[in-house]
Amino acid sequence: MELIRRLGAVVLLHVSRMGVMGLFLIKAFFYAVVPPIKWRRLLKQISFIGFQSTVVILLTSCFTGMVLGFQGYYNLSRVGSEAFLGAMVGLSLVKELGPVLTALMVTGRAGSAITAEIGIMRITEQIDAMELMGLNTYRYLVVPNLLAGIISLPLLTAIFDVVGIFGGYLIGVKLLGVGVGSYFGVMSTYIGMKDVLEGLYKAVSFGILINWVCCFKGYYTSIFTGFGAEGVSKATTQAVVLSSVLVLIWDYFMTGLLY
Amino acid sequence: MIRIEDLHKSFNGHAVLRGITLEIAKGEVIALIGGSGEGKSVLMKHIAGLMKPDSGRVLVDGNNIGSFRGGYLKQLRSRLGFLFQGGALFDSMTVFENVAFPLEEKTKIGKKKIRERVLEQLSNVDLSGSEDKFPSQISGGMVKRAALARSLVTDPEIMLFDEPTTGLDPVTGLAILKLINVIHEKFSFTGVVVTHEIPRVFDIVDRVAFLKDGVVAAYATPREFMSSSIPEVKAFLAGTLGRPDPDGPDFFNPVGSDRTAG
Repeated sequence: MELIRRLGAVVLLHVSRMGVMGLFLIKAFFYAVVPPIKWRRLLKQISFIGFQSTVVILLTSCFTGMVLGFQGYYNLSRVGSEAFLGAMVGLSLVKELGPVLTALMVTGRAGSAITAEIGIMRITEQIDAMELMGLNTYRYLVVPNLLAGIISLPLLTAIFDVVGIFGGYLIGVKLLGVGVGSYFGVMSTYIGMKDVLEGLYKAVSFGILINWVCCFKGYYTSIFTGFGAEGVSKATTQAVVLSSVLVLIWDYFMTGLLY
Repeated sequence: MIRIEDLHKSFNGHAVLRGITLEIAKGEVIALIGGSGEGKSVLMKHIAGLMKPDSGRVLVDGNNIGSFRGGYLKQLRSRLGFLFQGGALFDSMTVFENVAFPLEEKTKIGKKKIRERVLEQLSNVDLSGSEDKFPSQISGGMVKRAALARSLVTDPEIMLFDEPTTGLDPVTGLAILKLINVIHEKFSFTGVVVTHEIPRVFDIVDRVAFLKDGVVAAYATPREFMSSSIPEVKAFLAGTLGRPDPDGPDFFNPVGSDRTAG
C-alpha cells in the first residue's frame, strides 16, 4: 500500500510539473505574439543562438556529409547503384540529419548556456529584482530566446544541408569518382520542395522545443532542481538531456505526421 | 501604510510564519530582527508580493496585495524599492546600465534626463566614477550601494532592505546604514530593514519588530526594546550583544542619530 502511495505521489509530482511546463510554453507564446517585443535582446539572442553556432554547424555538417559520401558510396555500390549517391546524401541531410543534428548542436552549445544564464539569474535573485521592478520576465528572458530559436534553427539547418551536400560531393565526386552531373542530377530529380520544407518545419519545431525546455529549466532552477551552483548544474544537465531526447522523440512524430 | 494581518506561511509542512500582525505607518522605518530562520526574509517577500501567504493578508494603503494580479501588482511594485541581500545587480550590465534599467523600461523619460538622474543617484550613494564598471569589478560594499541607487532611482514610496550590511566589513556596513538614514531623510519613504546589525540599526529606525517562533514577540521603539522585560527579547539581546545586562548604560551610538530618543 505504501508503495502505491509513493508511486502515486511521484506520478502526481511529474504530472503537475508537466502542467507547469505546459503553462510556461503557453505564456511564452502569448507574450511572443502580444507586443512589445524586446528587439535589442532578440537580435542579441539571434546572434548568440544562430550566428555564433555557425562554425559548429559548418564543421559538423561538412563531416556528416563526408561520412554519408563514404557510407553511401560503399553501400550503394554493393547493389550497383552508386549513381544515386547524390539523392541519398541529399535526402538524408534535408529530411533528417540536417534538422536533427543542427538541433542537437544548438542544444549543446546554446541551450546549455541559456539554462545556465537564466538559472544563475534566478539563484542570484536577478529575476526577483526584475519582477519587483514591475517588469515581465517572460518578455526579457524567454520570448527573445524562443523567437531567436524559431528564426535561427531553420537558417542553421539550411546551412547544414548545403554544406553537408558539399561534403558528400567532395567524397563522392572528387575522391570516389562519381560523376558531378550524376551527383547533382539525381539529387534534383529525387528531392522536391516538399522534402526541403519537411526539414525546415522540423527545424522550427526543434527551435521551439529546445528553447522551451532550456528556458524552463533555468527559470525554475531553485524550485525544481535545488539551490545554488549545484541547482544550476543539475538544471543545465537536465535541460541538455531532456532537449536532446525530446528532439529525437519529436522527430519521430514529425516524420510520421509529414510522411 | 502597510498592515500585516495574521500572516501564516509554511514550507513542506514546516510553519515559518504563524500569525504575524504588524502595522507600519507612512514615512516610518522599522527594523525586522530575530534569529536565523525565523522568517524575516519570508515576511519581507510577502510585503513585496513575491510570495503568497497560506492565510492572512498584507495590506498596502488598505489594499490586499495578495489579491493583486497583472497591472495592479505592477502598479504596486512601481511604488516599491527592494534592496536584496546580494544586491541582485544584473551582472551582464555596467553599474550605470543597472541603475538606468528601471527608468528605461518603466518610464518614457529621454536618454539625457535618464543619464542625469542616474549620475545624480550614483553620486548620492558615493559611486561617481564607477558607472562603467561591471558588478564583478567592484567591491561588496559598492555592489550594495549600486543596488541601493537602482532601487531608489524610481523614487519609491516603500523601501525594503534585506540584510543591507551582511557580508560587509564594519566600516562599510556602518556607511550603508548612514546612507539609508540620509536617503530616508531626503526621500521620506516607508521602510523595513531586515538585519542582524544590532544595536547599530536602532539609530536609524523608528521601531523594532522582533520575530520569534513565527510571531512578532515584541514591537517597540528601540529604547523600549532595549529595556524590554520580555524574556525572549532579553535573551536575544544578551546573546547578540554579548552582555548579560541589556538594561545597562547607553549603547554605542555610531550613526549619531537621535531617533532612539523616542
